[in-house]
Amino acid sequence: MTRQAITIRGLTKAFGRNAVLRGVDLDLPAGQVTVLMGANGAGKSTLVKVLCGVHRADAGQVLLDDKPFAPEGPAQALRSGVVTVHQNINDGVVPGLDVASNLLLDSLAEGGGLFLNARRMREDARRIAAAVGLEVDVTRPVAGLPLADRQLVAIARAMAHKPRLLILDEPTSSLSNAEAQRLFTLIDRLRADGVAILYISHRMSDIRRLADRIISMRDGQVSGIFDRAPLDYSGAVRAMLGHEITEVDITIPPPGPVMLQATGLQLKPEARPFDLALRANEVVAITGLVGSGKSALASVLFGLEAPVSGNLTLNGTPYRPANPAQAVAAGVFLAAKDRLINAVIPAFDIQSNLSLPFTKNHSGPLGLIRRATERAAATRSIQAMGVVCQGPRDGILTLSGGNQQKVVVGRWMAEASRLLILDEPFQGVDIQARRDIGRRIRDSATNRATLVLCAEVDEALEVADRILVMSEHTLVGDHRNEAIDLGRLMAQVAGTVDDRMDVPA
Amino acid sequence: MKTFSATEFAIRYGFLLLMAGLILVFSILKPAFMSPQSAVFILQSVAITGILALGVTATLVVDGFDLSIGAVATSSLMLSAYVMVIWEMGAVAAVVLCLAMGAVVGLINGLLIVKMKVPDLLATLGMMFLLVGLQRIPTEGNSISTGMVLSDGTNATGSFSESFLMLGRHRIDFILPDLVPLSVVFLILIAVLVWGFLELTRHGRVMYAIGSNAQAARLAGINVAGYRVLAYMISGVLASVGGILLSARLGRGDVASGNNLLLDAVAAALIGFAVLGAAKPNAFGTAIGALFVGILLQGLTMLNAPYYTQDFIKGAVLVVALVFTFALSGRAGRGRG
Repeated sequence: MTRQAITIRGLTKAFGRNAVLRGVDLDLPAGQVTVLMGANGAGKSTLVKVLCGVHRADAGQVLLDDKPFAPEGPAQALRSGVVTVHQNINDGVVPGLDVASNLLLDSLAEGGGLFLNARRMREDARRIAAAVGLEVDVTRPVAGLPLADRQLVAIARAMAHKPRLLILDEPTSSLSNAEAQRLFTLIDRLRADGVAILYISHRMSDIRRLADRIISMRDGQVSGIFDRAPLDYSGAVRAMLGHEITEVDITIPPPGPVMLQATGLQLKPEARPFDLALRANEVVAITGLVGSGKSALASVLFGLEAPVSGNLTLNGTPYRPANPAQAVAAGVFLAAKDRLINAVIPAFDIQSNLSLPFTKNHSGPLGLIRRATERAAATRSIQAMGVVCQGPRDGILTLSGGNQQKVVVGRWMAEASRLLILDEPFQGVDIQARRDIGRRIRDSATNRATLVLCAEVDEALEVADRILVMSEHTLVGDHRNEAIDLGRLMAQVAGTVDDRMDVPA
Repeated sequence: MKTFSATEFAIRYGFLLLMAGLILVFSILKPAFMSPQSAVFILQSVAITGILALGVTATLVVDGFDLSIGAVATSSLMLSAYVMVIWEMGAVAAVVLCLAMGAVVGLINGLLIVKMKVPDLLATLGMMFLLVGLQRIPTEGNSISTGMVLSDGTNATGSFSESFLMLGRHRIDFILPDLVPLSVVFLILIAVLVWGFLELTRHGRVMYAIGSNAQAARLAGINVAGYRVLAYMISGVLASVGGILLSARLGRGDVASGNNLLLDAVAAALIGFAVLGAAKPNAFGTAIGALFVGILLQGLTMLNAPYYTQDFIKGAVLVVALVFTFALSGRAGRGRG
């Protein structure tokens, strides 16, 4: 039996009425890498923030080396030996200072003498840097370092505290392959030194390389523990995404003509090119883990990014949008994910939020807005989407999350489109709103191609005629939504099975 | 209709009631305050500030800021004088060149901000310094007036054209003969135009969307960079209009005037946030804000308050207005966060 560095029992945390952690029990053994998997909103980040002292738990107990651990703040957590390297790497370093100052930041912050001994600082810093294999001039400013080195600075800085628990949140998301390998070597060494490592990632290649155990989280609870070799990767993905028997009956209508055709589309230099045909009167869902390339595909189709290579045709004519305005003009709409960042105009009412992309259609000479037609269109959208509100002039922020989502999705259904892309249209909404939005998506799909991107397999099963699976920025599976082989689909999501391995690049 | 609580009522109408109260108090203490002449004097005193403030409002709407308006106005003042006195050109040339200068400065500000990614405050601060310096170079730091000695030893022979001076000095018959100065007419006209543009057209709507959530606006297919540049061009052009009116009023290219224009205009635009509980930049509020400061200063002047208390009073009004906007309503904080 290995010694537990951290023991968590019955941890709960709620923000307002929203319970994020609902009784988490978790052990993190010393000298092992525990991979934590969970979809957005499963509670991973909140768990990390409790452990590193940013949030305080509402109830439950955390033991660090068998002693109660309830840090007052991040500084105390760090001193106790819980070290966190955040996904946003600049949270861990001060870009304006040189490497030496960054490495010694915590001892600088703790005080000591009034003056700094530059030569001694540099020597200390070199010693710390060497310990993690960071080979840079310690007098260089951190802002000039590549991302991977910055991350090593953050880790090196943490190592000075003799960590008991190292938490890495999506550490490889912006690293190259070689840089990731260097990080893995460092993790191996820390593991051998008896440090407990909590590694949060969706990258199956990282997980296969590092994991001693996998913990899946779902809806604020641990939904699966996998610690017997060989690790059951598909099982872990299934435990994280979950799937209940869905009550929604999908009748697959006959698909219409091809609206969007992608040929040899390559989303990343190292990704395999793929073909994709989206037809009118067909709702296609793409599922895959976070970072599998779903949003990258949406960005290419909506003119936010250019593909590495490949051709697109829309309705038979070449299509290469340079910006969202051109995409919208061509009839390709994108309802973006993360509504509060990408969609909601907080200062506007429902009506103005709905009409935002199409103000031209609601205005007359001199660009004067015709309030009557705008209001009528808003009222139609509110009815069609089933937005619960007093009227179209209510402020958008007075609505619940689900109703806000209906507004920002409904925005793109008010006008006819050739291709409607919905990126995580069910994000942060309750089951009723999810059903409402899903029904509306299906009911209005007759004359356009519809592409729904969702990480949750359940959601794809509820809305789509056809489900595609993405992994490593390419398509790896294609399922008609009838008697689907869920095991195979989950395996494709986990990246262990690829339907199209033989398809030439 | 919804019923308003006392706080909501205070947020919505508090500032207008305060203004009405001020007018009432001043009228009782000094009956002359209620005369048409006094009203026109107030309007005239705020005309130039108000026009600049409407320009700043356009940049505030897209969540920007233009610190260069004061410098654009004084550059416009010096340029118009230079065109007429040194180059001996007419009123039309002076006005057109000034407006073009304002538009170009606005364009450069906008491009610095959207293309070079310079933060708005820094870009326009740099532009302010640049213009303050630039406007003094051609005359070696001297003011421009007819008969001034040029660097080659000769005297300048040009003069301000009569029709140009009319812009600042002519008065229109309204109720009383020769009552309303043209500058006041310009203020009202521009206020109505800017208000109509921001509130009634789709362009104004889109600009507010950019100010509230630029990322969402971009993903709605809006040309965010284009509208940002437009806002700075509006600001630049309106500032140059202010400079033209100032020049026409003074009748000389005075290097020392216009020092207070920037701060007064910004104050008016920010006071405007509090009007009708808008909690956001808006043209109507900006006009009321400029008027409020004018009324207060005129009333206090008639009550013989010393001139050096003016800035203190403006500052106090601004702080009170900002409390109205941010502390009481709390909407702006949410809206912009």
